[in-house]
Amino acid sequence: MALLTAQNLSLGYDSNVLIENINFTVNPGDYLCIVGENGAGKTTLIKTLLNLREQLSGQILIGDGLKKNEIGYLPQQTELQKDFPASVKEIVLSGCQGRCGFRPFYNKEEKELVKINMDRMGITDLADRCYRELSGGQQQRVLLARALCATKKLLLLDEPVAGLDPKVTSEMYSLIKDLNKDGITIIMISHDIEAALCYASHILHISGEMFFGTRDEYMVSDAGKIFLMQQKGGQNND
Amino acid sequence: MIDKLIMYMQFTFVQYALIVGVLIALCSSLLGVTLVVKRFSYIGDGLSHVAFGAMAIASVLNLTNNMWLIMSVTIVSAILLLKTGQNAKIKGDAAIAMISVGALAFGYLLMNIFLTSANLTGDVCSTLFGSTSILTLTKEEVLLCIVLSVLVIILYIFNYNKIFAITFDENFSKSTGVNADRYNLLIAVMVSVIIVLAMNLVGSLLISALVIFPAISAMHLFKNFKMVSISSAIFSVLCAFMGMITSILAGTPVGSTIVAVNVVSFLLCYLTGLIRGRLSK
Repeated sequence: MALLTAQNLSLGYDSNVLIENINFTVNPGDYLCIVGENGAGKTTLIKTLLNLREQLSGQILIGDGLKKNEIGYLPQQTELQKDFPASVKEIVLSGCQGRCGFRPFYNKEEKELVKINMDRMGITDLADRCYRELSGGQQQRVLLARALCATKKLLLLDEPVAGLDPKVTSEMYSLIKDLNKDGITIIMISHDIEAALCYASHILHISGEMFFGTRDEYMVSDAGKIFLMQQKGGQNND
Repeated sequence: MIDKLIMYMQFTFVQYALIVGVLIALCSSLLGVTLVVKRFSYIGDGLSHVAFGAMAIASVLNLTNNMWLIMSVTIVSAILLLKTGQNAKIKGDAAIAMISVGALAFGYLLMNIFLTSANLTGDVCSTLFGSTSILTLTKEEVLLCIVLSVLVIILYIFNYNKIFAITFDENFSKSTGVNADRYNLLIAVMVSVIIVLAMNLVGSLLISALVIFPAISAMHLFKNFKMVSISSAIFSVLCAFMGMITSILAGTPVGSTIVAVNVVSFLLCYLTGLIRGRLSK
């Protein structure tokens, strides 16, 4: 059964419809990239999938034993996090808060999980460092480790490489690819169409003409061709 | 000087003042860190002006026990203010400014029209700067203060991990199924309780100092949330204690002396942070 299915989803603010008729399915092990122009509603879609906001109409179905609170989320960084006094360990640990329920403190099992995920992201030696003093790439690893504490199955990534330099960007992509190989399903928003085509198994295109399908289908679709051409044209103009 | 201090310590009103002062300082510093990093530093100021307005209404209505009215009005305002933080038409800082100045103006207006006390200016002044009320506490007020402070401290400790998580990243917390709105409500209620209590100590104009200074001082010295929270509590208690002792010995107004000690301690922490930063480079 599909992990996540969107049926005739339409999103917007108050009564303004931003996007309508979104249909897609995500199966275990998929790597879905959501592409589209700025302001097309990519982040709004992710937030709706996470239950952070209401859809105007349509349905989101989750299956395969996934629970609503078992989705790992890597949000875009906020302004206030930049001078937040917190250690790496404290932040990763906060990924376990969903497991606690009403229990006020973290238990041994959760602390162990934190260790495993910090190790997985290669940030064990940063455990006691202050988050605001880390580089952009290190900060993303911390937030990714936190997201991994919240899920075993599905990660939602909102622009995971925003603001990173090319070298760190490709490290980040290969890190995500490895997670995907380990069996974690990925849904990622990306500006970077080339990386999307390089790593993703499926593409959801949500501006102008709607498209959902595998990567290969996207390459030959109208939506894909036009968007690719625009992006390439844009790059040539720079 | 020691003799003088020992003599003063034997007065019940001095003991009461010290107990209440230390407890309030402790509570206000706990939530200070959260408010400062959430960019809500001014909420203490805003809410205390609301509390002042409510106090004016209570005295106009001649209520004998005005605590409950003040407390409930302040809690409602706190909830409204913290709610506007996320996505309101009027942004957080403007909302705080509107409510605080509005409440201050109406409070003073009401007192001026309806109260016929000979010393109106003095009354208003002592509410704003808390000049004497800390030294005139009754046993019941002290007990109420102890109960509420202990309650706030227990609630804070038991919800510490959730408060940290929500302060750092509210959306992430919500996505893991934590009811962030409920915890924001809890924070709002705790802040209001602390502010109404603190009005007796430093008065409504200086409350922000108790909330902000210890937190900022601690943030200059420590780099993780737990240490910042603990040290901000310690700073706050020490400053309040030293401030009160100084004011008793030197006969200065309690509220402003405590705040002055806080400012000095902030400068010391700032310098320490600066020097340490230089040395490590």
